Amino acid sequence: MSSATAILLSLLLPLSGALLISMAGRWPNLRETITLVTAVSVALLVTSLIPEVMAGERPELLVATLFGDLQIAFTVEPLGMLFGALAATLWIVNSIYSIGYMRGNNEKKQTRFYVCFAIAIAAALGVAFAGNLLTLFLCYEILTLSTYPLVSHKGDRATVASARVYLGILLFTSIGLLLPAIIWTYLLAGTLTFMPDGLLSGHISGPAVGLLLALYVFGVGKAAVMPVHRWLPAAMVAPTPVSALLHAVAVVKAGVFTITKVIIYVFGVDNLFAEPSSGWLLYAAAFTIIAASVVALRQQNLKRMLAYSTIGQLSYVIMAAAVLTPLSEIGAAVHIVAHAFGKITLFFAAGAIYTAAKKTELGQLSGLGARMPWTATAFTIGALSMIGVPPTGGFVSKWFILAGAFQSDNYVAIFTVIASTALTAAYFLPVVFSMWFGREVPGGKEHGEAPWPAVLALMLTALATLGFFFFNQPVLELESQLVAHVS
Amino acid sequence: MSLSSQLPALQIVVPMLTAPIVMLLRGGSLAWAAAATSSVMAFCIALALTLGVQELGVLSYAMGGWPAPFGIELRIDAFNALLLLVTTGASSVALLSGRVSLARDIPEGQQPLFYAAWMIALAGLSGIAATGDAFNVFVFMEISSLAGYILVAAGPDRRALPATIKYLIMGTIGATFYLIGVGLVYMMTGTLNFADMEARLADVTTQKPILVAAGFITVGLALKAAVFPLHMWLPNAYRFAPHIVTAFMAACTTKVALYVLLRFDFVVFQGNVSGHMAQYAGFLAPLAILGILVGSAVAVVEPHLKRLLAYSSVAQIGYILLGASFGDTAGLTAALVHMFNHALAKGGLFLVLAAFALQANGLRLADIAGLAQRMPLVSAAFLVLGASLVGIPGTAGFVSKWLLLSSAMQQGPLGIVAAVVVVLSSLAAVFYIWKIVERLYFGEPVANGGAESPASARGFEAPAMLLLGIWVVALANIYFGLFPGFAVGLSESAATALVSHLP
Amino acid sequence: MEFLGLYNYWVFIALLMIGFYAVIAKPNLMKKLLGLSIFQAGVFLLYITMDKIDGGTAPIVQAGVADQVFSNPLPQVLILTAIVVGISTIALGLAVVVRIFEAYGTIEDDEIQQADRSE
Repeated sequence: MSSATAILLSLLLPLSGALLISMAGRWPNLRETITLVTAVSVALLVTSLIPEVMAGERPELLVATLFGDLQIAFTVEPLGMLFGALAATLWIVNSIYSIGYMRGNNEKKQTRFYVCFAIAIAAALGVAFAGNLLTLFLCYEILTLSTYPLVSHKGDRATVASARVYLGILLFTSIGLLLPAIIWTYLLAGTLTFMPDGLLSGHISGPAVGLLLALYVFGVGKAAVMPVHRWLPAAMVAPTPVSALLHAVAVVKAGVFTITKVIIYVFGVDNLFAEPSSGWLLYAAAFTIIAASVVALRQQNLKRMLAYSTIGQLSYVIMAAAVLTPLSEIGAAVHIVAHAFGKITLFFAAGAIYTAAKKTELGQLSGLGARMPWTATAFTIGALSMIGVPPTGGFVSKWFILAGAFQSDNYVAIFTVIASTALTAAYFLPVVFSMWFGREVPGGKEHGEAPWPAVLALMLTALATLGFFFFNQPVLELESQLVAHVS
Repeated sequence: MSLSSQLPALQIVVPMLTAPIVMLLRGGSLAWAAAATSSVMAFCIALALTLGVQELGVLSYAMGGWPAPFGIELRIDAFNALLLLVTTGASSVALLSGRVSLARDIPEGQQPLFYAAWMIALAGLSGIAATGDAFNVFVFMEISSLAGYILVAAGPDRRALPATIKYLIMGTIGATFYLIGVGLVYMMTGTLNFADMEARLADVTTQKPILVAAGFITVGLALKAAVFPLHMWLPNAYRFAPHIVTAFMAACTTKVALYVLLRFDFVVFQGNVSGHMAQYAGFLAPLAILGILVGSAVAVVEPHLKRLLAYSSVAQIGYILLGASFGDTAGLTAALVHMFNHALAKGGLFLVLAAFALQANGLRLADIAGLAQRMPLVSAAFLVLGASLVGIPGTAGFVSKWLLLSSAMQQGPLGIVAAVVVVLSSLAAVFYIWKIVERLYFGEPVANGGAESPASARGFEAPAMLLLGIWVVALANIYFGLFPGFAVGLSESAATALVSHLP
Repeated sequence: MEFLGLYNYWVFIALLMIGFYAVIAKPNLMKKLLGLSIFQAGVFLLYITMDKIDGGTAPIVQAGVADQVFSNPLPQVLILTAIVVGISTIALGLAVVVRIFEAYGTIEDDEIQQADRSE
């Protein structure tokens, strides 16, 4: 099979899977089998591309030419490969978890859930593999629209209102800021195809760089840089598997991925480094990290706390990218992976707790470790990874970000990492502590662990979080290709 | 002479001759079948003409064998072909899919008359799009308008009648203004043929009558095209007309008037009125921008779906004018592509409303609450068409929005303002489309009292033909969003032709 | 007098304005349509005026008569068409007005609007 076919299939398979799922709605077991089979085959397809990309090749696929130089085309490069592989493999785990969660909670409209989920994965892969800004924008919007039914899944008034915030912010920023930014880029450069040293290099200079960068950063609402972060807490009304895979991995990572990609492939790291007007991004990201951590500190609801934690962690990626040194760019890519494993574990745990104990608030969690030891263990591992304690994945990425910051003596970044580590510890450790050592609030219902598929899934991702500390060499090798052009 | 060389004439003659035949047929079904067949034939002719234009450039046909400029010339270039495609296509889709909806709105005995009026309207619109003669345009314009008034007045609500009178009075004033303008140009040049007019106008030394003529013609056609603030007739005419008629009219009537406007302002007056492009842009661009803003703003708060989409049309007409007022190939291409794409999106949306109307008690926002549960396929099509209207990538609407924005951003500081306006209006479109979608999917369903249609009795969400029509249009929106080469190519050659007349 | 020498055009403008005024200002739909008719009549006059040439005759070639001056027949033909269009428009308008009277019991614009609003 040629690599172009593999790309095409990996995009089409989830879509055809969605079609099959919608037809198999009446037979839940068949429906879930289709989901799992699709997820596994997509993951195999996507990972089959890795060796080629590792070898320095860039598989391409041209779907259509709109007009002029505008194309719908896909090119797999290291960053996209990483993101794509991450989304595809975690989809398997998440599907297992979803089955346990959705059945355990007797959710309505499960067919619609799985259909939209499959479409969202296809869109996320499209974002990952996009060969130019137009294709990226196309998939980005499909991702927004296909996740809306997932967020508004419950369908009651409050959920719909939250979902409106979700969709409103994401669509308004993308149409209002991102689209003009892309058109501006096109007018400047005459092309939208990503180039390793920046497609805009030599076409733009001065304060316009800062302005265009701002259009991109705030236009990509999915990256949740303050003040366009409000949609992420709002999205927490979704069923937990959605929060786990989409709002800890696929959707939000599509956002930071886009920004990283814009920095590297549109502006070019060296060009941005030479341009003082782009410096504000570092401060915006640093502010978001600190502010989100402070807000997270004050949350009472577990999922909302995780959401604010996500906002902060996303800005880590952006800050790392904005430090503009080779090591920090690698750190940005690695953090996409490390945070994904950790955060999906945390959300899985939150969902498992909800399924088994119907508990959603932080205050209710004390003493939970005795009843749900597996879940609590996984939660602890996830929390440690967020803080960046070895031996978890979070440590690896923080290491690279700090190393990158030292490369250019960027004290703002160094300070932010240190401060936010302290803050993260301040909001995660008390929860972990009370989970294991607190006394259970009397009067709660008797319960054990969540259904086994959910527990299996969260143990897998917890193991991955630990494993990433030891086996991160392939990722580093892949991503070091990213900065081959950077001086 | 082979038949194919007669195609420009047949384009008009086929629907026009079908009209009396349709009128004589007894029973709605027969009349409908005849009208639909004729409309589809007209569409095929338009397709053949388009292919011819793509191959040969310009097709000219001397009516009655009298050569231009003495006889009436039918002249088809890329612009005309695009317009003919839109007009006949909209008519065909609306007729084919509208049988059940129309049968509900119009008493059986009047249906043959109604379909005859439809054919005459189609003939008139095709005539405007095909002819190369200024006075002929007036005649066809009035033919199509008179038939259009009848179509609107056929609406089942009595409020259709005042809406018709308003439309009739404003339409007639517009047409008469146009007539005055053409008279003045004729006085100065002694010709009615567009091409001849342009050539002779260059030699006219007195500018004043030409200026006055340009004013009369521009305002008159702006009235017909519902350019803000001359759009007052449009919302109620669209609202109270039978739903299928609205789908047909929304897709093409205003665009045909815009075509004549562009034809005159770009081709005829350029040679004489120095700096006419600047005058024209200075006059119409602010109106376009205001129209975009006001139309979008009203649509955001309007609770009646048909009026909402009508106001959205006012804004979209603004887009087309805005693109045209840039006066370069990029802007005009954007405008013409948007004519095509907007017809696709808006025509489809009105068809969806027709389907909704068969199941709901009315077309207010509250009436369609929760309808998606009963009409999943139609609602899904609404999503696609709405996305196209908003300009979500992957749909036709995105292509024209992209072209419009990129042409605006090349215009310097004022262009940036225009781009901002377009972006704002897109956001408003997100808002008003979403308002509907949310109601559709998450609203509490209202009791369906007395609106039992034959379709719902069979347990079908919409008549099969209507459903098919809606989805054909929805898929066309996606197709032309991914492969816009056809529309963009035609528009580009039309725009190049128009711009080549500028000094 | 050069100024009044073109009095036909002044009449044209006067008719136009009278008609236009009636269309805008009169609430009665019949009067609106009458105004529309006057409005169009003004334009007919414009066309008829423009083809008239001093001393011009009907454009019929007569044997043996040289140096004939003809009035331009084309505008007359055009305006004949326009008159037909005008008549049709007014006829259609009147038909609609009749139906409005049947439906509303009035042909006053303001009363119709009131009836609509109370609906």
